[in-house]
Amino acid sequence: MRTQLPEAFLATSQGQRANEILRACVHCGFCNATCPTYQVLGDERDGPRGRIYLMKEMFESGEPNLIASDHLDRCLTCRACETTCPSGVDYGELLEIGRATLEPKLQRSLMERMKRFFMLRLLPHPHRLARITAPVRWLRPLLPRRLRPLLPIASGKSVASSADDSTSVILLQGCVQRQLTPATNERLLNICQRLGLRAGFVADEGCCGGLALHLAEETHAQERMAATASALNEALPDDGVIVSSASGCGVTVKDYGRLLAGTVAAEDGARVAEATLDVAEFLLPYADQLTASQPQLRLAVQTPCTLQHGQKLPDVVTQILEAVGYELVSVSDPHLCCGSAGVYSVLQPKISSELAERKLAALNSEQPDVIVSANVGCQTHLAGRSKTPVKHWLELIE
Amino acid sequence: MTTPLVLEMLRANLPAEGLITDPKAIKPFESDGLTAFSAMPWVVCLPDRESQVAAVLRICREHSIPVVTRGAGTGLSGGALPVAKGVLLVLSRLNKIKRIDAQQLTAVVEPGVRNLAVSEAAASVGLFYAPDPSSQIACSIGGNVAENAGGVHCLKYGLTVHNVLGVRGYLMTGEPVAIGGEAFDVPGADLLAVVHGSEGQMVVITEVTLRLRQIPRSKLVMMAAFAVVSNAADAVADVISAGIIPAGMEMMDKLAISAAEDFVGAGYPKDADAILLIELDGDVDEVQANRTAVERVLFAASADSVVVAESETEQARLWLGRKAAFPAVGRIAPDYYCMDGTIPRKAVAGVLQRIGELSQRYGLQVANVFHAGDGNLHPLILYDANVDGELDKAEAFGNDILAACVEAGGSVTGEHGVGIEKLDAMCGQFGRIELEQFARLRAAFDPDGLLNPGKAIPTLTRCSEVGGMHVHAGELPFRHLPRF
Repeated sequence: MRTQLPEAFLATSQGQRANEILRACVHCGFCNATCPTYQVLGDERDGPRGRIYLMKEMFESGEPNLIASDHLDRCLTCRACETTCPSGVDYGELLEIGRATLEPKLQRSLMERMKRFFMLRLLPHPHRLARITAPVRWLRPLLPRRLRPLLPIASGKSVASSADDSTSVILLQGCVQRQLTPATNERLLNICQRLGLRAGFVADEGCCGGLALHLAEETHAQERMAATASALNEALPDDGVIVSSASGCGVTVKDYGRLLAGTVAAEDGARVAEATLDVAEFLLPYADQLTASQPQLRLAVQTPCTLQHGQKLPDVVTQILEAVGYELVSVSDPHLCCGSAGVYSVLQPKISSELAERKLAALNSEQPDVIVSANVGCQTHLAGRSKTPVKHWLELIE
Repeated sequence: MTTPLVLEMLRANLPAEGLITDPKAIKPFESDGLTAFSAMPWVVCLPDRESQVAAVLRICREHSIPVVTRGAGTGLSGGALPVAKGVLLVLSRLNKIKRIDAQQLTAVVEPGVRNLAVSEAAASVGLFYAPDPSSQIACSIGGNVAENAGGVHCLKYGLTVHNVLGVRGYLMTGEPVAIGGEAFDVPGADLLAVVHGSEGQMVVITEVTLRLRQIPRSKLVMMAAFAVVSNAADAVADVISAGIIPAGMEMMDKLAISAAEDFVGAGYPKDADAILLIELDGDVDEVQANRTAVERVLFAASADSVVVAESETEQARLWLGRKAAFPAVGRIAPDYYCMDGTIPRKAVAGVLQRIGELSQRYGLQVANVFHAGDGNLHPLILYDANVDGELDKAEAFGNDILAACVEAGGSVTGEHGVGIEKLDAMCGQFGRIELEQFARLRAAFDPDGLLNPGKAIPTLTRCSEVGGMHVHAGELPFRHLPRF
């Protein structure tokens, strides 16, 4: 597409990058076909092509545009459009630039600001979250569906096995995962021990910054990312690997090289990003040593967007589950987001619920015994409204 | 016209968020798939029910407001380009598949249903919808009818017009019309054929009855690589002459191969000058017999290699590169201008050579991707819209290509429609009498000319001006063509 960005914007690295990305777009509209919000809302401005156009206008005029802000807020950042785009438009990156440009200039409502504050200051802090949620865990069934994911399914005792000098596999606990679905980390540690791998957690692992990125809180995100990169880098031995079992964290950490480029944490970030693998990617070579813990179950797999579109790993989970002998039911529209999308379920409850219902209908169409996911966000989001149990796929592996 | 009153009436007849009036919010609707043209409409209407469509039309007719209908906005000729001061009527929310009838082999759908979604939904009962434009993942059925869309499989199964049994919709007056039905033939003149390719100038379509077909029992895809483009072109004619009608027969040249290969890694040979993708379908025996025959023809035409994909995954991969070839070209140049012309099969080699010469003359690269089996060319002219004058150059190049198509006995559009883009080229193809008849036919449906004005049929004034523009060195190009 033709662009006419102002010189001042083009002089910045963000402006340069935005221009490159915009120029790659040919306005074909293929992206709308796989965009979850376009499917629900049917409005050009709620699809990637329209959002790209709104951002282009905003950059060109140099003025924040409140209309653009509504439509950018409605984007799930699932990046299904990137998988579909034949022209290689890095939509997710453009959206980051667009949101970062807009956010400081927006006057958000008090309610909106409170929600965001709560998300940012509570969710990524396991101890704060635990203090608040543990005593009221029994309230979970009484909460409105969309708030249920905020309370843990099981008690959040943290798994003790800290990384030491002999550790070669660092397991990312995930700030939300360790509180809300601790079974995932426990199981992963067991698997690693059984495989004879020296695996452990980093004690001072904080939030990876993914949530703040979602909320376009740039400064906050940079702080979190730099701190996590430094902690992981310190613990990471030569030839070591970092394994993420929450694909939402994995997609962020894997991108540290780009996200931290040009900052003091650039070197740490690049090394950490290079060493990070999703747990399915990591375990695939060991598939013949793994077994199904409940082989009689029929599973429906929900592949999180952060795994299939973000990390470009659409098949790894199904490959392992098939290798250990599970029967997987077919699921239509596997590329579509379930509506969880980080904090989206709280900020955009209507669209989020609609997408969750559609996803559950697709997952349940062949009556599976269990639905499995690869990300804590999707898992808890779906579990909150599903009659079929929803688990992390690791829970079904030994 | 009292504008606020009209706005009020429109708002009252549309759902919440169904009327967009703020220019900043309208902006993303200013172009369809052809960004070389853009125009801001007065307002955008997004109905989610058929009755709202009728109401919008009635109001606009009463106040003489032009209406442009838009579906997925993927068209490549600017057919859904808004009209300044007009209403842009977007039907993307009318996206329900109403029913699929496995006995009758039909699907009844709303216009905003995506082309591919029909085949996806019909697959569970063993059926598919044959016309498959390359944009089938995103383009919608309403637009397919309006532009009479084609696609890879049209060689064997026909264009949209051959796969639609009936349409329902509204005239500009808001009166309902039903054309065709579930039977193969209906009494009276074949108005269904008139509506196909009418580019939203006759009826606003709100329901289409599609003809479905059995998914063939067996299928395979062959890819033949050629070192010389003209050999590939001749092979196309030879396959058809051998009495074989493949389900699809596509050709891509070097530049297109390279762009598509970089995107999907389909296994296209980047050192070949041209490849042919040929799909054979039918019963197992028929497909195998045709495979042997086609291989013989291809090697006789000096193919360097022939690869056969039998598994579904491999077939899908070979096709994916072709289907995504247009936007994939977006990876090698900032912009491209997609042409659409049709020529007789025997003229393919000659016209391709002519396009190569023009490419040299204009100093713009061109990638060729096309439905070789039915002679439907899609040269993609690469240019940079941020460089002043390059778009004009690309357009002039494109017009020369279309002129070459007409000269070779072909036409200025294969399947993308005329839209706004090919109005001038229409002047080259048709004479005064024909154009006047087109206009009369249109007026029979919409006497005031309020539906999608300024598209598809050039005015005679425009044509005489175009004629004047193209005089070089005192000589009219293509003097043998009828003019006025």
